[in-house]
Amino acid sequence: MLRYWPQYLAISPFYLLFAVFGLFPVLFSLYLSFHRWSGLGERKWVGLKEYDFLIHDHTFWLSLWNTLIIWLMSTVPMLFGALVIAALLHSVARGKSFYRMAYFIPSVTSLVAMAILFKMMFSSNFGLINAVLEAVNLPTYPWTNTPWGIKISIAALMTWQWVGYNSIIYLAGLQTIPGELYEAAQIDGAGPVRTFFRITIPLLRPVILFTVVISTITGMQSFTEAQVMTASNGATNPNSGGPGQGGLTMVLYFYQQAFSYNDFGYGAAIAWGIFVIVGAFAVLNWRLVARQED
Amino acid sequence: MLNALRRRQILPHAVLAIGVLISLFPFYWSIVLATNTSADVFRYPPRVIPGTHLVENVRHVLDNIDFFGSMLNTLIVAVSTTVLVLFFDSLAAFTFAKYAFPGRRVLFGLLMLIFMLPAQLSIIPQYMIMAKIGWVGTLRALVIPAAVNAFGIFWMRQYISRGLPDELIDAARIDGASFFRIYRSVCLPMIRPGLAFLAIYTFIGAWNDYVWPLVVLTDPNKITLQLAIAQLNFGQGGTITDYAMLMAGTLMAVVPLLIAFTLFARNFVADLARGAVQG
Repeated sequence: MLRYWPQYLAISPFYLLFAVFGLFPVLFSLYLSFHRWSGLGERKWVGLKEYDFLIHDHTFWLSLWNTLIIWLMSTVPMLFGALVIAALLHSVARGKSFYRMAYFIPSVTSLVAMAILFKMMFSSNFGLINAVLEAVNLPTYPWTNTPWGIKISIAALMTWQWVGYNSIIYLAGLQTIPGELYEAAQIDGAGPVRTFFRITIPLLRPVILFTVVISTITGMQSFTEAQVMTASNGATNPNSGGPGQGGLTMVLYFYQQAFSYNDFGYGAAIAWGIFVIVGAFAVLNWRLVARQED
Repeated sequence: MLNALRRRQILPHAVLAIGVLISLFPFYWSIVLATNTSADVFRYPPRVIPGTHLVENVRHVLDNIDFFGSMLNTLIVAVSTTVLVLFFDSLAAFTFAKYAFPGRRVLFGLLMLIFMLPAQLSIIPQYMIMAKIGWVGTLRALVIPAAVNAFGIFWMRQYISRGLPDELIDAARIDGASFFRIYRSVCLPMIRPGLAFLAIYTFIGAWNDYVWPLVVLTDPNKITLQLAIAQLNFGQGGTITDYAMLMAGTLMAVVPLLIAFTLFARNFVADLARGAVQG
């Protein structure tokens, strides 16, 4: 054991930092979730009461519903759009690196800044989206003032930010598919749509699985988009989730309870609730996408 | 033949070009809003070309928030996080990739498990720890917990396994070089491109980080750029409506990163994708 000291020393920073800032906090948050505590004063043991409250808390279920809807409305167009873009990128001979850069840029910019910008573009009174709708004689919609409108605005931001990122990942996957397969399909008289569904998608399945799981984990824990876009609709508490709490995601609700109301015990219980739900969804997704393989 | 090939490419290029327009349009739009007056923001039909009021709007931003101070804080956090991550991650990754030692598999498995833990589980106790050791409101509270991470170790390990030949290490060992010497003189020079990728990735992540700074940077005079921009936004709650100023602020927060990205990230995008596909 002793002769391996340089190796153990080399990997120790990660485990040390994790012990202090990861493992201990995770265990402690479990401990906290059995208590009633405002951050100051006495911690009061309440057993499973916080969880009992969580199960009967309408706002928590509303936040789960919001999160699911936003996740669906962003992930489906995002991944489908990414597949189409990747297939197109794969088919062109020139300009690939330019396209790659242009499509990637949204994912490296400040999310806070872009959330503010999208809030303005979707603004009910002076936003660009409504101005365009009006210009082409379509009915306008109070995007940032209704529970559904705010969800759509948040989903639009997420889609815009991550569609290019995912398409670049798909493109790398496409480049590992041998070209002979496509040539063979062409000889057999298969059109581009048929090739897309019969060759591209099946062979990309592992990569698609990867992006679905990542999108599930990040989408179910969305916070910044919702927090910034619902921030100033005249609400007294900036973390209340916007019109009809329509933009209140699970993590935003967690943040609101823990850090706006200093309800650390309940906050910890919400965090564990989110953990269980996200884990269940990730496993479910994995199963669904992986099973289609046979 | 060549012409037919070209013609077949017109449609894909057309669709891709529309996609690029959508992808880049929000940046253009933020320039439009940031260079016009606040009154223009409310105008219908809206102004669609940049105006001449950028300087005035920027001045309003500087009046409202400590822009350069918060940018300096962000730079300090991003640079020191990146340096620490590069060192600790590559050293651990090198060890996992090239050395057999008791417990290696278990320890690496543990690392992957940790990778999956969601952040909000630990935020409250992390905040309590910071309060206890007096780091609340300091930049240390952002840098130290982020100084080494599972993703970087995992990614670098893949990179080093493939990119660093065992023979080089064996040769150095026969010459009597110690473990740390081999890391410094053999490993580091060989993995520069991988380090560059990890550096950009870490830097962008630290630059844009929002949730943890929001929790722990409680002193309004000592915040990061993202918090300053968000503050500008929260300050707009109903009565003040200087949206042109708000847009100038967001533009100022985005532009430095965009420039840095387009300058340094030529191979970054391809590397990231390759890592995702192989990982």
